[in-house]
Amino acid sequence: MALPACLLVFTFLILPFFMAFGLSLTNQRLVSPNPTEFVGLDNFKKMLGVSFLIIEPEMDEAGHIKLDNEGNPIYPRVRNFTRNQEDFPQFYKKREWFQLGLQDGKVLVVLSQDVVFLKALANTMLFALVVCPVQAGLALFLALLINQPLRGINIFRTIYFAPVVISMVVVSMLWRFIYDGQNGLLNTLMQMFSFGLFEPIDWLGNTSTALPAIMAMSVWQGVGFHMVIWLSGLQTIPLSHYEVARIEGATRWQTFRYVTWPSLRNTAILVMVIITMQAFTLYPQIQVMTRGGPLDSTQSLVFQAVIRGYEKQDISGGSAISVILFLLVLSISLFQRYLTREKN
Amino acid sequence: MAPLSIDESKLDGFLPGALGRWNGELYAVGLWDAACAIFARKSVLEANGIRIPTLDNPWNQEEFDAALVTLQGSGDFEYALDLGMAWTGEWYPYAFGPFLQSFGGDIINVETNMANDALNGDAGIAFGEFWQSLFARDLVPGTSQDGADRETGFIEGQYALQWNGNWAALPALDAFGDDMLFLPAPDFGTGPKIGAASWQFGISATSEHKDGASAFIEFAIQDKYLSAFSQGIGLIPPTAEASAMTPNYSAGGPLEVFYGLSNEQATLRAVTPAYVVAGKVFEKAMADIANGADVADTLDTAADEIDADIDQNSGYQ
Repeated sequence: MALPACLLVFTFLILPFFMAFGLSLTNQRLVSPNPTEFVGLDNFKKMLGVSFLIIEPEMDEAGHIKLDNEGNPIYPRVRNFTRNQEDFPQFYKKREWFQLGLQDGKVLVVLSQDVVFLKALANTMLFALVVCPVQAGLALFLALLINQPLRGINIFRTIYFAPVVISMVVVSMLWRFIYDGQNGLLNTLMQMFSFGLFEPIDWLGNTSTALPAIMAMSVWQGVGFHMVIWLSGLQTIPLSHYEVARIEGATRWQTFRYVTWPSLRNTAILVMVIITMQAFTLYPQIQVMTRGGPLDSTQSLVFQAVIRGYEKQDISGGSAISVILFLLVLSISLFQRYLTREKN
Repeated sequence: MAPLSIDESKLDGFLPGALGRWNGELYAVGLWDAACAIFARKSVLEANGIRIPTLDNPWNQEEFDAALVTLQGSGDFEYALDLGMAWTGEWYPYAFGPFLQSFGGDIINVETNMANDALNGDAGIAFGEFWQSLFARDLVPGTSQDGADRETGFIEGQYALQWNGNWAALPALDAFGDDMLFLPAPDFGTGPKIGAASWQFGISATSEHKDGASAFIEFAIQDKYLSAFSQGIGLIPPTAEASAMTPNYSAGGPLEVFYGLSNEQATLRAVTPAYVVAGKVFEKAMADIANGADVADTLDTAADEIDADIDQNSGYQ
């Protein structure tokens, strides 16, 4: 009886899962007449390998630090160390990821062969770090608001839940108009409320605002779904508990802190695990709204996996990213499980 | 793919862009070609005292730059030139790669089969600096350009000039009539260049009916059918005879100028299977430089990525 189901699960879930592991250790391409070769951990070394370079400011003959027109010290170009330099073979073809200032004007430069991947990794982590608590908190707040026996409360439930049933691709398309740099809805509204003082911002075209803009939209789109889960948790709490709290003279905050919150424990675990997993698979927003730009400020792991695997025909590179993503989400889920374990 | 077995005499007079050759064999034939031009209005150029370039005497870099600064300074337009940054994808290497070639660089040097020194050599960096300066001086809309503005911005007068293809020519002609000009690409040092080649017919290597498919392509490239195709979809007929039979492209026709552009300026992109990946890498590099990334570093990274892909595919040999 279970055979067809097992077959489907095996073909479409288990097999691709192990294939991704296998392919990430090869140089498999999407289409190529050349045979596939086993390359070991090369794909992972290329993506995760970093090296460190300390550069000092340029000195003039008298031993003073050279300054540019704005009074900042002048540093030699990182390119001088990474291109065609026999003295620094360890830096060959690497690129600057970021810099840290050290003492005496020295600068530590972190170099990597695959800066785009590392930026995607950092962005994805940051996205999860911001979206998880904000989305979960906001969803709980909304759930508390609509968990009241008021007339017409279903209208609010519907409104809050509506974005969830719209496809993320459609939502992203619509929000692109909202975020438009010239006459987008957001800029127009801000100008109206600030009586024209607000300077229009190109939300998706700025390295500093693009990722926060996508975060805000993602929270808005997903919040209704988690609100419903919180709501189901809230409705399992017996009314008698609240009655007891009221008789004891508990304030609203005390009621929430000592009655509601402890009863929502299992719901909270579920919500956090789901949001974390969803946040790490950040993809359609990026694909539709920014395609990783500007200047890699919105690169994400899944987006890079797709770009490499299909657009650049490098299946092994895409698989390697998927494997890293899997290990990352697995370890975070296990850590969450450990934090929320039953303490006896 | 399999080489085509088509009588070479049938291909006489074809625009070079409509033929796909690799390793001395013919692999693909296009029933049309496409060409890019600077869309402009005669009245705007004359009002701003800008020389109207011709096929024989196109703008050089200084003239082109001065024209953009003048148009921007006139205050009549949001941007002097629309490059089409909203059209992500193939448009970038097709439309902007020829600028790089005109500077003397290329995405891949076909002879050495490498992008290093071609893309990030002195010519490449000179092109990158120029490219970045267009965006830094706000002469052109950047990567966050709205797709709708790209479609209608020139016709509605937001942009003074537009870098666009012949497929967009008819709406512009409808809007401006005799005032409309299709100007040749500027000469950035090694001659004015535009992208050649469009979609073409080829045969799969695993096809069971290669002869039949070849025979069909040979049949389809008769001048009367090329002309019919062009009339149907508006693209450039790939032979002079077919052009003469097509009202839009015949002598005195409104789009005749595009046949000349295709014939004179069209330059093939690097003819190598590595182009698929190289085009994507080039697209990202152009977008990053437009957004203010360091020119030399960005081109280095792009060249390394293209070369790594060529290596990974055993040189695509």
